[in-house]
Amino acid sequence: MTMQLFFQHLANGLSLGSLYALIAIGYTMVYGILRLINFAHGEIFMIGAYMAFYLMSLFFLPWFAAFVVALGITCLLGVGVERVAYRPLRDHPRISVMISAIGASFFIQNLAIVLFGGRPKTMSVPPVFGRVMTIGGIKIVSITFLIPVITFIALAVLLFIVNKTKTGMAMRAVSTDHETARLMAIDVDKIISITFAIGSTLAAIGGIMWGLKYPQLLPVMGLVPGLKCFIAAVVGGIGNIKGAVLGGFLLGLMEIMIIAFLPALSGYRDAFAFILLIVILLVRPSGLLGTAKGEKV
Amino acid sequence: MMKKRDLYLTLGALLFGVLLLALLDARLPAYPKRIFILAGIYVTLALSLNLINGFTGLFTLGHAGFMAVGAYTCALLTMSPELKEMNFFLEPIVPFLANIQLPFLPALIIAGIVAGIIGFLIAAPVLRLRDDYLAIATLGFGEIIRIVFTNTQSLTNGALGLKGLPRYTNVWWSWGLAAITVFFMVNLINSSYGKAFKAIREDEVAAEAMGISLFRHKVISFTIGSVIAGIGGAMMGHLLGAIDPLMFRFLMTFNILLIVVLGGIGSITGSVIGALIVTITMEALRVLDGNIDLGFMVIQGKPGMRMVIFSALLMAVVIFYQKGLMGHNEFTWDNLFGLAKKAARALKTRGKPAGTSDSGEGGGQ
Repeated sequence: MTMQLFFQHLANGLSLGSLYALIAIGYTMVYGILRLINFAHGEIFMIGAYMAFYLMSLFFLPWFAAFVVALGITCLLGVGVERVAYRPLRDHPRISVMISAIGASFFIQNLAIVLFGGRPKTMSVPPVFGRVMTIGGIKIVSITFLIPVITFIALAVLLFIVNKTKTGMAMRAVSTDHETARLMAIDVDKIISITFAIGSTLAAIGGIMWGLKYPQLLPVMGLVPGLKCFIAAVVGGIGNIKGAVLGGFLLGLMEIMIIAFLPALSGYRDAFAFILLIVILLVRPSGLLGTAKGEKV
Repeated sequence: MMKKRDLYLTLGALLFGVLLLALLDARLPAYPKRIFILAGIYVTLALSLNLINGFTGLFTLGHAGFMAVGAYTCALLTMSPELKEMNFFLEPIVPFLANIQLPFLPALIIAGIVAGIIGFLIAAPVLRLRDDYLAIATLGFGEIIRIVFTNTQSLTNGALGLKGLPRYTNVWWSWGLAAITVFFMVNLINSSYGKAFKAIREDEVAAEAMGISLFRHKVISFTIGSVIAGIGGAMMGHLLGAIDPLMFRFLMTFNILLIVVLGGIGSITGSVIGALIVTITMEALRVLDGNIDLGFMVIQGKPGMRMVIFSALLMAVVIFYQKGLMGHNEFTWDNLFGLAKKAARALKTRGKPAGTSDSGEGGGQ
């Protein structure tokens, strides 16, 4: 394998890893606050990509306007899912909430099949993202290069919100203890809604960029990336934003590199993530950056 | 011990059931009969998931994987050598399977055993996890099984699947298996093992303090569930006549989960009723997948509408009617007579509301 080819794969791995990281953040934030696997997150990611597609091709919006509107719609959808499927079950056993989450995921996915059709749609890639650039002999499409950049900008904004603003402080308080947070005059429901809004927006950014990089849109496209990104969040230590990013990059790089070096295993591509998950859960259940918590009786 | 009256009633009900099956077998047209057979298989599958999810409280999502193991094992054992040669045209089948041909029953049993072994092997590492982690890890294993089956061309024929399976499954096989499973489950749940399972479900720490070995009981429950799932999967393969890895996606687990939740998590009776309702409604709702004329537009045949309704139904059940149809309750003759008495009393004293029946949990048959 030549050096150039290696860097080509590295670039692809980094960009896939960034996408995984963006989606994993949504899982980790929701899990941190509600202790719930938001199964519908993968579907929100899918809706983000479809909205961008329809706004560009049906409503002829310029791409930046289409993307902003798509983010808004997807964000509202995420908040709506929480309102309808999770909030009524706030004090119920976790198994019920999880079943409701699976139901919500299948509902959105099948609604998408009905509304958008089961045939793949091809995203029209704006020229800014589709240009082929040559850097030091490596040919990469500009989107491959832009994805990590956008991811880091989004991450910086997110970390600023979580660590420096009052809302972020409230979010951290709610994730530690709902009751105490409520006693501190924090509107817990509002904070949970904000968490879903932020997570869904990030998923939508991920979805749009996914659509630009792999321009085939399918209603089921959210399922597998959704599961993988939850795995990335667990690998990094669930509830920890930096962990989710680390897990996302690890998973993305691993997937691309294993297939690059061992092409015979390419049929097993989707199994790598699950194997990584099981190994991590057995060796270090709290994840790479997570802190182990004792069981409360 | 079972009361004498109940014993007679149970025997009578059994006889009635056999007669009903014979009648349905003779009179039903081919298509409804197929759905009826499918309902029987779903009863079995729902019970196996209910044992793990409902009675032991382990939230697993990998059921389709065990069904796949059972279905493939049974199919490879019952297909004739010529049929296998026809199926495996891309790559020849591994030699040790090429010339085996067994009757249905031994093949079914072996399918159950193989699924049980895989379940046991997976249980050992996975059952150290809990709640969400357990769910996602079992889902992962289910997917891994499916991906492996897609890629092992010479063992499972990969994505092409197996076609032309002998159609052994009929009303008697499917409902016979369902009846055996119900009988087995009732006895298991009322045994000391069943009580231990329920104790684990209610409170792991308290159960452990009472001297119940958590890990051992969890593994037992998981393995038994896998065995039954494997047999159910094998039955399904021989009903449909063709299997491929895509059949055993997460969607399959979702369907069974829907039955269990609708019937009541932790109720045998609920699973039976749920399986019948879901299977029949699923078929009835096929209308929605056809073309629907709305006047101003015609909705093309959309193979998702049915599932939209069904996922909405699942959410509605969980949100508004959490206990499902039966909750933790079971059908017993005492309950039935109690209900009849209450109804009679309510008729006599009109105007007063007839109280709901509060039946004991898991009484005798």
